Amino acid sequence: MTEVKANMAGNVWKIVVSEGDSVEADQDIVILESMKMEIPIATEEAGTVKELKVAEGDFVNEGDVLAVIE
Amino acid sequence: MINKILIANRGEIAARIIRTCKRLGILTVAVYSEADQKSPYVSMADESFLIGPPRVNESYLNVDKILSVAKESGADAIHPGYGFLSESGRFAERCEAEGITFIGPKSNVMEMMGDKIAARKAMKEANIPIVPGTEDAVASPEAAIKIATEIGYPIMLKAAAGGGGIGMQVVHNDEELIKAFESNTKRAQTFFGDGSMFLEKKIDNARHIEIQLLADQHGNVIHLFERECSIQRRNQKVIEEAPSPFISEATRNKMGEAAVNAAKALGYTNAGTIEFLVDSDENFYFLEMNTRIQVEHPVTEEITGLDIVELQLSIANGEELRLSQQDLRIDGHAIEVRVYAEDPKTFFPSPGHITTFDVPKGENIRLETAVTSNYDVTPFYDPMISKLIVKGANRAEAISKLKQALLQFKVEGIKTNIPMLLNIVDHEHYKRGNTTTAFVQDHYLTGLHKN
Repeated sequence: MTEVKANMAGNVWKIVVSEGDSVEADQDIVILESMKMEIPIATEEAGTVKELKVAEGDFVNEGDVLAVIE
Repeated sequence: MINKILIANRGEIAARIIRTCKRLGILTVAVYSEADQKSPYVSMADESFLIGPPRVNESYLNVDKILSVAKESGADAIHPGYGFLSESGRFAERCEAEGITFIGPKSNVMEMMGDKIAARKAMKEANIPIVPGTEDAVASPEAAIKIATEIGYPIMLKAAAGGGGIGMQVVHNDEELIKAFESNTKRAQTFFGDGSMFLEKKIDNARHIEIQLLADQHGNVIHLFERECSIQRRNQKVIEEAPSPFISEATRNKMGEAAVNAAKALGYTNAGTIEFLVDSDENFYFLEMNTRIQVEHPVTEEITGLDIVELQLSIANGEELRLSQQDLRIDGHAIEVRVYAEDPKTFFPSPGHITTFDVPKGENIRLETAVTSNYDVTPFYDPMISKLIVKGANRAEAISKLKQALLQFKVEGIKTNIPMLLNIVDHEHYKRGNTTTAFVQDHYLTGLHKN
């Protein structure tokens, strides 16, 4: 199991996968928006999207868990 | 007469506008979001009003709220600064409908220049050279490929509603074009509410050189020479200077004349800037028009001795320009660097708590700053925290002064691009004025990888 975490504070602009999707390593999971820039957040490991912890429009802090990949 | 101005903006530009108002004895009203309560501009203004939560739609883009504060405070004019509502024709109309002077051009001109396709058409009609490309929105990826084949790769794919470096992408072949066309159309629809795309030929070894204009309500138009803003990252400016180290006096005059003619043809009023791309043979092509004050306006102020905000107010008051083109001379050389809260190598944002903020001081050093020591930079707005402007008798003197000033500039607690700025101003190609829009890619990033 691996947790996908926000590497900076920002708003969740887009969630580009759904729960149950299988994903590859380095695949984008969530696009954050911080300081007017889109920041793609990818999973480090391949697996299945077990849980999405955030919704589009949510504000997240650095280190917050965005998704769980199994 | 304008007696009291509400500034519908934040950060350094709000502080900059308040400063001129104070000098002229005009009262000021600041508006701020919950994220900006401690921002220096808030306490500089005569009155300040909290207008909402941090997100821009609930604060700095909240037209109803801003207008109600304007009425409550008795402001008779609104200065929109740059960004936010500054290029919204609808906002300008709402101000006028409430009997409040919008400090800027007429809404119809703003709307036309905001639609990049309409702007290209208007410039073409005014006999201003435009970058070769499409006249109308491109309907489909297939149509885009057909046009791309005619004008030749590489090509810039741009959103009609974009601008300021947002919504554009360079493509090198059919495959890239199809992919970018589909994703960028969707993105532009989401971001700007308009997915229209157009194509422009990518000009090789281009420089970004823009002309500052001033136009009064009596048909008088002058230009305040050029600014060269070629040093960019992520299609956004990082270093700007005036005059350009590249163009000849003849080209300077031609570009100035073209910009003045364009403003006259549009019936433009107040301050505005026409951005051009200039190729290695000094051919210039219209890129876009910004119908507001620019971030980099201070370099023009430094070489002309004028206060552009003051002139904006005077024009908005209906006064005639007291300057004619013949009165204007370039005095010395000025450079501005934008200090961004970001990683100097990846350009990723770096919001956080500033523990130390020590700015350089000295003769011919000017700072326009949004933050202080012990200050939180939030992720809600753009990453610019300060602008450093220096002036020298000539370019070499300005560069040397800039380097000294950057060495004195200490920001701790967050990452900034100051190491990048120092690297560039020390670069042989920069010193020689060898600046094109590819500078950061070709000289800065490549240099980092070598070391």
